[in-house]
Amino acid sequence: MRSSQPPTNRADRQSPDLIVVGSGLVGLACAYEAALAGALVRVIDRPGAVGAASPVAAGMLAPAGEAWWGEEELLRFGLRAARDYEAFCDRLSADAESEVPYRRCGAIRVALDGDEAAELERLRRYHEQLGAPAPRLVGSECRQLEPGLATIATAGLLFEDEAEIDPRALASCLRTAGQRLGVVFESAAVSGLIVERDRVGGVLADPGPVRSGAVLLATGAWGAAGWSGSSLALPVRPVKGEVLRLAVPAGAEPPCRRIVVTERIYLVARHSGEVVIGATSGERGFETTVSAGAVRELLREAYRTIPEIGELDFIEAAAGLRPCTPDNLPMLGRAGPEGLLVALGHYRNGVLLAPLSGRCLAALLVGRSPPAEITAFDPARFATMVR
Amino acid sequence: MRIELNGEYVELVGPSRLVDAVRRAGVDPDTRGIAVAVQGDVVPRVDWPTFELYEDVRVEVVRAIQGGDGAAATEPDGALGSAGSGPTGEMLVIAGRRFGSRLLLGSGGFRSHRDLHDSIVASGSEIVTVAMRRVDSSGDAGTLLDVVDRLGLFVLPNTAGCYTARDAVKTARLAREALQTDWVKLELIGDDRTLLPDTVELLDAAEQLVADGFTVLPYTNDDPIIAKRLEAVGCAAVMPLGAPIGSGAGIRNPYNLAIIVESAGVPVVCDAGIGTASDAALAMELGCDAVLLASAVSRAERPAVMAAAMRDAVSAGRQARLAGRIPRRLHAEASTSDAGLARLD
Repeated sequence: MRSSQPPTNRADRQSPDLIVVGSGLVGLACAYEAALAGALVRVIDRPGAVGAASPVAAGMLAPAGEAWWGEEELLRFGLRAARDYEAFCDRLSADAESEVPYRRCGAIRVALDGDEAAELERLRRYHEQLGAPAPRLVGSECRQLEPGLATIATAGLLFEDEAEIDPRALASCLRTAGQRLGVVFESAAVSGLIVERDRVGGVLADPGPVRSGAVLLATGAWGAAGWSGSSLALPVRPVKGEVLRLAVPAGAEPPCRRIVVTERIYLVARHSGEVVIGATSGERGFETTVSAGAVRELLREAYRTIPEIGELDFIEAAAGLRPCTPDNLPMLGRAGPEGLLVALGHYRNGVLLAPLSGRCLAALLVGRSPPAEITAFDPARFATMVR
Repeated sequence: MRIELNGEYVELVGPSRLVDAVRRAGVDPDTRGIAVAVQGDVVPRVDWPTFELYEDVRVEVVRAIQGGDGAAATEPDGALGSAGSGPTGEMLVIAGRRFGSRLLLGSGGFRSHRDLHDSIVASGSEIVTVAMRRVDSSGDAGTLLDVVDRLGLFVLPNTAGCYTARDAVKTARLAREALQTDWVKLELIGDDRTLLPDTVELLDAAEQLVADGFTVLPYTNDDPIIAKRLEAVGCAAVMPLGAPIGSGAGIRNPYNLAIIVESAGVPVVCDAGIGTASDAALAMELGCDAVLLASAVSRAERPAVMAAAMRDAVSAGRQARLAGRIPRRLHAEASTSDAGLARLD
C-alpha cells in the first residue's frame, strides 16, 4: 500500500492499489473511503448501466422503521450507520466542496384503518422490547405533526431520529470528492477476475485487463454473475422496486415535512421540492420496466395517505433492482481469492449503509480492524447455507 | 466412522462426504426430489460432494413425494416433517398424486428467502404455491423457484391478482409453459379490499381450464353450493376459505366448512384465514383433507417456529378427526365408574 501522495502525482494509467467494480453508492463510498485512507483507486462500471438501485432509491435513512423480527444485527449496524451519517456528510461536503443535502427530518408511520393500527401496535411493542420505544400518536397528534395527512390516519408511531438524503446528489458528491482524492473513473464492461495462485491480480475488462492486487466488488444485484476466471458464487438476486418522483409546484408547500410511512408506501418530501413515493417489490429477474399497475397502486396509496398529492407535478416513474441476499443482510468483507473484497447485497438499506460499508471495507483494505459488527455480514456465511 | 443416518447408526469406512451418506441410504444422489439435512439443517445439493462428515453427525436423507406416476412413494422422514400423516400413515391424494403432508404452504409474504426456506423445511410441506405474476419464472439460482425446487417440492402455481376469468386462464397457461405443470390453484379476486373470491368468474375459469386439461384447485368461498358446482365442472379439489386472505381471523363459519366436507367427492383444502395453530387444527377436525396457509407463517415474528406449529396442528387435527371425538354433553360423565370403589368407612 502506498502512503498518501498528492493526487497530482497519480497518472491515470498507473496500476491502482484497488479496483472498485461498480459505481453505485456502495462502490462510490468504498472508493472515497479507500482514497481517504491513501489508496490509489480506480472505479470501473459498465457504460450506461440500467436498473441500478442507487439512483432510484428514495434515500430514507431509517434503520428503526425498517426493524423486523430476526434482523436485529442489521438494525444494530443500521443504527450505527445512522449515528455516523451527519459527520460523514460534513466531511464529504468539505471534500467535495459542495453541500450534501442531508436532513434529519424524522419519520412518522401511520395506520389508515383498524387493522393497520393493530399491526402498528405490534411494531410498537417490538420497539419497546428492543429498548428503543417509539412514541405512539393518536390521529389528531399525527395531523398536528403532519397537517397534510388524511383524516383516516388514526394512529401513528414517531421515529424522531430518521433522516433523508437525495441519493443522486450524494452520488455526485462522492464522485467529485473521489476525483479530488485521485480516484479514476473508467467506463468499461468487466467480464471476469484475474486470479493467479489464489491471489487476485486484477479484472478482465473491455478493452483490456486492468491489474491490481486488490479488487472490490460493489456490483449490487449483478454480483459476479456471468464472470469468467473465478468460481465465485455470490448468492445475490435482484428485487425490483418501482418508485415515483413528483415535484412541488413553485411557491407551494411540501405535502409533508417528515418521512411518512404506511403499510404499503412511503413518501419523502425534500427541500428541493422533490417528492418520492415508493416502492413496489417484486422478483422478475433483471427486468426493469415500470408497470401501469405499479404507478396506479403507488399513486392511489399516496393519495389516500396525503390527499394533496394530487396537486403535485408528475416527474418520473422508474424501477431499480435491489440487491438481495438469502438472509436480507449485506455481504461485507473478504471473499474467495486473496485480495478480493465484497460489498454488496444491501437490499433496502443501501443508501443508509453505503458510508459505513465504505469505511469498513477501507479498513480491511489497509489492514486496520473494521467494527466488530461486520462479522455478521461475512460473505463466507453462505458457503454452508442453503441459498 | 459412525454416523446417524435416518435415525440409525451406521459405519462408514474412512473419511466420508455427505454424498457417501446419501448413497449409503440407498438413494442415487442424482435423483430429483431428494433433500438432505445435517444436524437438522438442509444442505444444498451442490455441497454434497464436498461436505465432510464427522463422528456421530446426524444425517437425514428424505425423498420428497412426486407421486402419482406409479413410482414407489416413500413417506418422508419425521426430521423434515410429515405433517398430517395420521397414525395409519395415510396419504393425501389429489388427482391421483400422493402427498405425505397435509399442509400446503404459500410462498408469498416472506421477509427473506432464508425465512421461506426454513419455514418450508419446518412445515414439512410438500406443496408450495407461487404467484406467477410476482416471481421470475426462470428458476435460476437464487430465485424463489430455485429455493422451492432445491427442496424437491411440488410447485403449485396460482393465479393471484386475477380479477377476470380471461386473465386467470391466461395466467394459468403461462404458468403451464413456465413450470411444466398443468396443476393450478385458481384464484379469482372480487376486490382488493376483501380479496374475497368472485365465484361467478371462478366457475367460468374453472370450466375453461378443466376443458383445457388442467388439474384445477379453486380457492372459493365457504359456500357449499359453489363447492358442489366447482366439483361438478371437474375440479380436482375445492379450497374454501376459513376467513379472508391474510386476515388471520380463523374459521369464521365452521358449519359451512363441515357441510362442504360432508358433501364433497373431492379433497377439501381449507385455504386462507388461518391465524394460528388452533385454527389449522380446527379445519382438520372439521374434516378438511388439508390446510393451505401463508401469512400466518410468513408474517409471524418467528416464521419457522410457526411453521413447525402448523405442521403439528395439522397432524393433531387430522388424528383427532380419525380418532372420533366424543360427543359434547351438558352434564358430567365420570371417566371412572363407581363400581368397585373401596369402601373407606
